[in-house]
Amino acid sequence: MAYREKETVRVLAQECLADSIFSMWMETEAAKTARPGQFISMYTNDAGKLLPRPISICETDGKEKLRVVYRVTGEGTGTEQFSRMKAGDTLDIIAPLGNGFPLERAKGRRVFLMGGGIGVPPILELAKQMECKEKQIIVGYRDGQTFLREEFEQNGTLYISTEDGSVGTKGNVMDAVRENGLRGDIIYACGPAPMLRAIKEFAGDNHMECYISLEERMACGIGACLGCVCQSKEKDPHSNVKNKRICKDGPVFLATEVEI
Amino acid sequence: MSTEKKIGCAAEKTVDMRVNIAGVEWKNPVTTASGTFGSGAEFSEFIDLGRLGAVTTKGVANVPWAGNPTPRVAEVCGGMMNAVGLQNPGIDLFCERDIPFLRQYDTKIIVNVCGRSEKDYCEVAERLSEEDVDMLEINISCPNVKEGGIAFGQDPKAAESITKAVKRYAKQPVIMKLSPNVTSISEMAKAVEAGGADAVSLINTLTGMKIDIHRRRFVLANKTGGVSGPAIHPIAVRMVYEAAHAVKLPVIGMGGIFSTQDAIEMILAGADAVSVGTANFHNPAVTAEIAEGIESYMRTYGFTRVSDMVGLVE
Repeated sequence: MAYREKETVRVLAQECLADSIFSMWMETEAAKTARPGQFISMYTNDAGKLLPRPISICETDGKEKLRVVYRVTGEGTGTEQFSRMKAGDTLDIIAPLGNGFPLERAKGRRVFLMGGGIGVPPILELAKQMECKEKQIIVGYRDGQTFLREEFEQNGTLYISTEDGSVGTKGNVMDAVRENGLRGDIIYACGPAPMLRAIKEFAGDNHMECYISLEERMACGIGACLGCVCQSKEKDPHSNVKNKRICKDGPVFLATEVEI
Repeated sequence: MSTEKKIGCAAEKTVDMRVNIAGVEWKNPVTTASGTFGSGAEFSEFIDLGRLGAVTTKGVANVPWAGNPTPRVAEVCGGMMNAVGLQNPGIDLFCERDIPFLRQYDTKIIVNVCGRSEKDYCEVAERLSEEDVDMLEINISCPNVKEGGIAFGQDPKAAESITKAVKRYAKQPVIMKLSPNVTSISEMAKAVEAGGADAVSLINTLTGMKIDIHRRRFVLANKTGGVSGPAIHPIAVRMVYEAAHAVKLPVIGMGGIFSTQDAIEMILAGADAVSVGTANFHNPAVTAEIAEGIESYMRTYGFTRVSDMVGLVE
C-alpha cells in the first residue's frame, strides 16, 4: 500500500497582506486532494522547534499549487520564520489534514460564509467551490486592513465588519448580519471562540444548520496524541468519552455536536 | 563488484536485529513511547507497523478517562510539554478494537496500563491476562494526574508494593515505567526489581512549567506538564546508565530519541531496547527509520547482535 509521508515542498511566492498577515503559495501534491476547511502541518527549519504549526488552507488550484494565509504570532516564533521564506525556499509539510467543510449541504440553500480574524482565509476556498442558492460572505477584521477582500468580492456577496468601524459595519460579524438584515438556511464559520459561540447561538435561535471550524494547540496533527480535543455533546465513539479530536475528527464540526 | 564477492560480504556481516526482552522476542529493538502513538492506527497510514519491534500503546485504565482540560500541549525549545492527563477509552473498548487492530501486524503488543489506585492497575492487568498481548507496561510515572500514577513512582516502597500487586494478576511479563522526577533512579529501579518486575522502562517526562508572559498565565491548563523531546535526552541517557548498573533486569531506554545516533547512545548506555516518543510528532515515519539506522550502524561497526552493543560505553 502507499503510505502517506511528510513532503518537502517549494515556496512559490510570499507576500505580506496586512500587519502580521502573510500569504504563501507552495508547490505540493496536496493541492490535488485538499478540500476547503482542511489544514496543513507546517514544519520550521529550526532544530529547536519540533512541532508542526497547523495552518488552514486558503486556496488550492486543484493541481499543484496551494496557498496558506497565516498570522505571524510574534518575534522568534515559527510563523515568523515562515514569513521570511522566499520563492525557491523549501519546507516540510504534512497535508492535507482534517475533515473540511461539508460543501454538499449548501446545495439549493441560502448560505452564510463567516470568517473572523485569522479565521477569514479558509472561507475563501470554501466560497470559490460552493454551489448554493445565495452566497453571503460575512467577514470580520480588526481595522481597515481587509485582506483577501477582492477575492471575496469575486466569489459572492460580501459584507464586512471591522472592530474600529473603518470599513463596513462597526463591530463583529454578527453585527454585520443584523445591520444588513441577512437571512439564511445554513452557516459555515471559522474564527475565534467568542465569535463561534455567538454564531452557534444565532444559528440555534434561527433554526439554521451550522458548521464551525475549531482550533486548539496541537502536537501530532494526525489524531494520535490527544492534545487538541474539544468537548462533545454526546460520547464520542472513538474516544469513548465526551471528547473529540480537533485535528482528526474536525477541525469542522456541526455546532450542535460540540460544547464551545 | 562480482556476485561472489557481494554474497561473501553479506555473509560475514549478517546482522541479527532481534532482542529478547524478559522472554519476549522482538524483531528489532525499537518500540514507541506510550502516549505518542495512540494504538498505532493513525501512524499506520505513514508506516508499516510490522517494521517495529513492538508497539507500546497509550495508557489504558479500567474505565474511560476524559483527561485534562485544554491547552494540553505546548512547544518548548528542543522539545514539548504535555498534560493530556491519560485520556483513554477504557479497557473494554481497547480490548475490542485496539488489540485486534494491532494483531494484524507482525509486531509485539505492549499495553501501557494506568490507574488511580492499586485496584485499578490490578483490574486492568487481570483483564489483559486473558487477552492476546505480549507485555504490560505499568505507568507509575505520569506527572499529569493527581491520584495514582506518579504517587506510586516517587516512593520506592509504594513502587515495590504496586509491582508485587500487579505481578499477582499479570500473565504477561511486566515492565515498570519509571519517573525521572526522583532523587535516585537506581533506588527506584531496585525497588521494582525487588517487587518482581520483569523489566524497567525509563524515562517518563520531567515535570515542567511554561508561562505566557503577555497574558501572564500558565500555558497549560494543568499549570504543569511533562517535558519531552531532545532537550531531555542527556538526562535520559544518564538515568538509563544508572538504572542499567543498578539492576539485572532488561532496560527499555527512552527520552528524547530523535535519531539513530540518539538510539545508539541509549543502547551503549545500557538499554536493551529503545522507545521513540516525541519524535513521532516531528516525523511520523521516524520509528521505522531508526530501526533501519541501527541496523546500518551495526554493519558499519561489525556488530552482529544488538545485545553485543548494550552497555558498551567505557
